[in-house]
Amino acid sequence: MVQVGLNHFLIVSAILFSLGIFGIVTRKNAVMVLMGIELVLNSANLNFVAFAKYGNFGLSGQIAALFVIILAAAETAIALAIVLNIYKTFSTVNVDEIDNLKE
Amino acid sequence: MEFHSILNSLTYLAPEITVSAALILVVLFDLILGKNKKALPVIALAGMVAASFFVFQQMTFNGFAFSKVSQPWINVGMITVDSFGAFFKSIVILATVLVIFFSFSSEEIKKSFDRLGEYYTLVLGMVLGMFLMISASDLLLVYLSLELVSLSSYVLAGFTKLRERSSEAALKYIIYGAVSSGLMLFGISILFGMTGSTNLYVINSLLQAPNINHLALAFAGILIFAGIGYKISAAPFHFWTPDVYEGAPITITAFLSVASKAAGFALLIRFVKITFISGVAPSGHWQMIPAFPWKEFLIVISILTMTLGNFSALWQTNLKRLLAYSSIAHAGYILMGIAVLSNQGLIAVLIYFGIYAFMNLGAFFIVMLIANKIGSEELEDYKGLGYTMPFLGVTFGMFLVSLIGLPPSAGFIGKLYLFIALVDAKMIVVAVIALLNTVVSLYYYIKVLREMFLAKPASPSTAFKLSPLSLILIIVMLAPVVIFGVYFNPIVEFAKGCVTILGL
Repeated sequence: MVQVGLNHFLIVSAILFSLGIFGIVTRKNAVMVLMGIELVLNSANLNFVAFAKYGNFGLSGQIAALFVIILAAAETAIALAIVLNIYKTFSTVNVDEIDNLKE
Repeated sequence: MEFHSILNSLTYLAPEITVSAALILVVLFDLILGKNKKALPVIALAGMVAASFFVFQQMTFNGFAFSKVSQPWINVGMITVDSFGAFFKSIVILATVLVIFFSFSSEEIKKSFDRLGEYYTLVLGMVLGMFLMISASDLLLVYLSLELVSLSSYVLAGFTKLRERSSEAALKYIIYGAVSSGLMLFGISILFGMTGSTNLYVINSLLQAPNINHLALAFAGILIFAGIGYKISAAPFHFWTPDVYEGAPITITAFLSVASKAAGFALLIRFVKITFISGVAPSGHWQMIPAFPWKEFLIVISILTMTLGNFSALWQTNLKRLLAYSSIAHAGYILMGIAVLSNQGLIAVLIYFGIYAFMNLGAFFIVMLIANKIGSEELEDYKGLGYTMPFLGVTFGMFLVSLIGLPPSAGFIGKLYLFIALVDAKMIVVAVIALLNTVVSLYYYIKVLREMFLAKPASPSTAFKLSPLSLILIIVMLAPVVIFGVYFNPIVEFAKGCVTILGL
């Protein structure tokens, strides 16, 4: 029976982080890109909580994670509002088709 | 005991509290007054004036707010108040006051008159975030304040939401911004894991230990720089800048290019200096912890930033886009001053920023005045402007000359001090590269002057009368650009008095 330790958490969070970055880079749909960003934020959250638990850092890690969750919600709300506005003006949410601002 | 400490901390937070109060008042009056929005900018201005009073008090006293009473042996807090912070806060206040005045005469903002309440609320929200960013000495607060600035500016960039390019700017801004703040947060979580604290001073004392994992520290440092680098539009994170600057309303573009950048640079300097320093030599050079080569890293980034900015600007035909690339290049020059990692470099950065604020805001203001009348920022529409509108042409020319850094203007003094700092630190190669960059930048600034003074005016005369307010604003911004060019002692002395960063 393998004891679940800090490294296991760190590996999961590293995988989440990489998947998030992969999603951001490869997806064209703005909503999917936002989901990738969400993965990146949550991987950092996992890091905070795991470090606080296994490093005996008290509650500071959990509190940081709490703040980040709230901020992620605020950011997503604004991002979705902007995406909605984009859909109204461009009738698409694909980030590669929205390129009027180019020299 | 804890409660008493919190009450004590409030005295250090006077500017932030004032801005918050002004923000709440703007929201309330927006609801109470209904259709009459005339009072809102006045409240915002009054808030900024009151905040500036408290910021000037901070020039002379320093200390920590929100330190942990339960751990009195580490007497450091989440917020650091010092004269360095006060300098950048006064630049933010200056930019805010000028941008509020710009907004009076901006046609873009006038068109969305019924949403003026939101506009001023968000601007004040940004100011609050910037103040916290400038004085943050805790990684959690760094992240929160950075997001506070970002979230407000995403909305402001897309404020004129009916225009296609404004929406596009907001989308690009939020995607780049969210990614880089996500990267930064991951870096913060690694640094937290290595040290068990989010306070920069505590992290610094723990990083002095010799058995630090260099790879993890470098990874965390680069990721955190990604978040800050995006705010100051440093080289690999600058792709949003031209698009957002072109798409956003000009008032917001001007605000982003000065205030948001000032906060970003203050945060970068504070983060690098507090977290990675091991001592200050008598000559004023900062001795850094050898774990991460900040000097080399910053030099590479700054050279990349200014070269990319200057060379991309060469082909621009849209004035806003051109000024966006020029602001990237200026971020490169300022980063070079930070890379010196000494008090002398810091003074040069402060002087440069003080001057940059005036000349950049001035240039954007004149672009705005012209865009108000002819509805375009294309270079072609500036043909013969020097003859149809001599005053605007000449003043715009002066701002551009200052942005280049030619002698009788203040921009020259800024560059001079930067180069002196570089040469004193024996970074001659970097200084030469920066000098060559300045020569390259000459081309695209002069191109604008050539269109204005050497080309034939477009057939229908585009001349218009300036309102008295615009005239006063131009003179207010032009005066320092001209005066500091010949009589620069005041700003140099002012900057020299503002290098106290609490710490080692």
